[in-house]
Amino acid sequence: MAEDHHIIPVWFFVGVILSIYGVLILATGIYELSHPPSTVLANLRPAIWWGALLTVIGGIYVYLHMPRKS
Amino acid sequence: MTLSLSYPLGFLAFFVTPEPAAASRRIILLNPVDLAIIVIYFAMVLGIGFYLKRYTKRGEDFFLAGREMTAWVAGLSFVSANLGALELMGWAAATYQYGILATHWYWVGAIPAMLFLGIVMMPFYYISKTHSVPGYLQLRYGEPTRALSGILFAFMTVLMAGIDMYAMALVMKVVLGWNIHFSIWVSSLTVAIYVALGGLFSAIFNEVLQFFLIWLGALLIPILGLIETGGWSGLVARIHQNFPQGDYTHLWSTMGSFADNPMGIHWTGIVLGLGWVISFGYWTTDFLVVQRVIAAKDIRAAKLAPIIGSYFKMAVPFIVILPGLLGLAVLPFTLVPESSVGPGQHSYNEVLPLMLARYCGPGLLGLGITALIAGFMSGMAGNVSAFATVWTYDLYRSFIRKGASDAHYVKMGRWCTILGVLVSIGTAYLVMEFKSIMDYVQALFSFFIAPLFGTVLLGMLWKRATPWGGFWGLLAGTVSSISMWALVKADRSMLAYIALSSHAKDMAENMYRALWSWVICVTVTVVVSLLTRPKPAEELTGLVYGCTELPSEGHLPVWKRPIFWAGISFAAFLILQWIFW
Repeated sequence: MAEDHHIIPVWFFVGVILSIYGVLILATGIYELSHPPSTVLANLRPAIWWGALLTVIGGIYVYLHMPRKS
Repeated sequence: MTLSLSYPLGFLAFFVTPEPAAASRRIILLNPVDLAIIVIYFAMVLGIGFYLKRYTKRGEDFFLAGREMTAWVAGLSFVSANLGALELMGWAAATYQYGILATHWYWVGAIPAMLFLGIVMMPFYYISKTHSVPGYLQLRYGEPTRALSGILFAFMTVLMAGIDMYAMALVMKVVLGWNIHFSIWVSSLTVAIYVALGGLFSAIFNEVLQFFLIWLGALLIPILGLIETGGWSGLVARIHQNFPQGDYTHLWSTMGSFADNPMGIHWTGIVLGLGWVISFGYWTTDFLVVQRVIAAKDIRAAKLAPIIGSYFKMAVPFIVILPGLLGLAVLPFTLVPESSVGPGQHSYNEVLPLMLARYCGPGLLGLGITALIAGFMSGMAGNVSAFATVWTYDLYRSFIRKGASDAHYVKMGRWCTILGVLVSIGTAYLVMEFKSIMDYVQALFSFFIAPLFGTVLLGMLWKRATPWGGFWGLLAGTVSSISMWALVKADRSMLAYIALSSHAKDMAENMYRALWSWVICVTVTVVVSLLTRPKPAEELTGLVYGCTELPSEGHLPVWKRPIFWAGISFAAFLILQWIFW
């Protein structure tokens, strides 16, 4: 069996990218409150709640899998 | 190698559209935030590749990710390696054309095979400590069988990587209006860099990333679509209203006759062709997916990985099939075959981008497009990393330069990754000139996969199978598949014999051809084996049932045993067949 690698777990990278995307999409959703897009069901503000969801999921993954010095 | 199993042949027509016509149908206009999301993705995958380079100095690390993957990582990358963007778009298109029947490729065409791989076959792949499927064949049957499978596999993976790249570039051109050369070169070089640096580690990490992006990028479409239609019953009602003559929402009840369903197939073709030979052949022997499970950290993780994957595979219709059905229900215009697209019209193949544009504004659109790009790139990365392993270990190390140092083989792996990508780019340009090449590459894969399943299955379950039996069975099965394909090409009426009905369509032909070539492979393997000398039992330890001590799981609590979770997955699969009968 291979020696153990102390590699940052993939879940941390998943958390980072989802957090970044979540913040970007949430910010876009807030902007769209005054500049609504012409998509169907835009009145449901999907960018806001989806952006918030991504930010929360990403944040949880980053927190749980943050590399910590032993 | 995602295309052959999961990809309706009609989607190939997407790529024969003359480019000026394709460019005039641009569907999506990206905003700066969408572009930022795409650029961040490229930066992340390159960053991961550079980060992982320091951990991939040994062959075991570069080619097999150190065999350290947990069940969840191996399982998600196992499903992700198959869930490419062509599959997403192609099967949404197939659903628009054929209705819910397209779901068979996700349920009966995947779940039983994935569970079989986990419970029955993974122990032998894992205990044998092989690095690849051709590697297992060498241990079980000897060098001739390894050489035959290795050469075919290496050739096909690099061609398929090129097709993935060309397909992505063309989709980006049609959907976004991007320059085709820009798309090919930027994406190819990104893949080349991160796979050459981090090997299978990079490929797997990015597949896990892609898994999340695909789900989170595509999930909004069915959610908002079902809100718009008022749930499943509202969706069905609207489809019937728009298309009163067809049945688009029943999975099995129209399969009693070739003429009763739009796919032109009988349930025997689905169950025995797709559900047995094709799906088992793909999911248990295609090295692109099996490699991800061989990289697991222990045998329990290796068994659990495809079982975990089966749950997600069962859920994929939610993001692939539902958008196709929603297209039937809510789009204010009718989509047409690619070959019939006129000014102002859209083809079946554009249903997913159209649904994305319908519901997703800035930001969400960028996420959806990034998911498609990620899918394409991970498909290419998967093929390239599989090619690097098979070339380096099964061909170069076995036949060209034996006994070199581990560092030498890692260097070869990195260089042939770059070379593989360059050859793939060449393939992409070749396909641009000669579109029919894709038909032939698709067919090439289908010649091989069903007989290979027969060879591997007998190898694992029947200790009497001999090296010559394995070789001649694989060769006979492959040659018979090629012959049947050529016969139908030369004389269409032969379809009535091969696919058992003159009403059968291309999809049915593929399924029955797979079934017959598997039968021929198994028959020849058995006959030749009985006439030749088997390997002594001590050389079969760890390779075949009856000569291998399989670790017991009796000491584990029930909920920790892979068979328990496989049972639940299978029960869920059966319930879904009943619900959507």
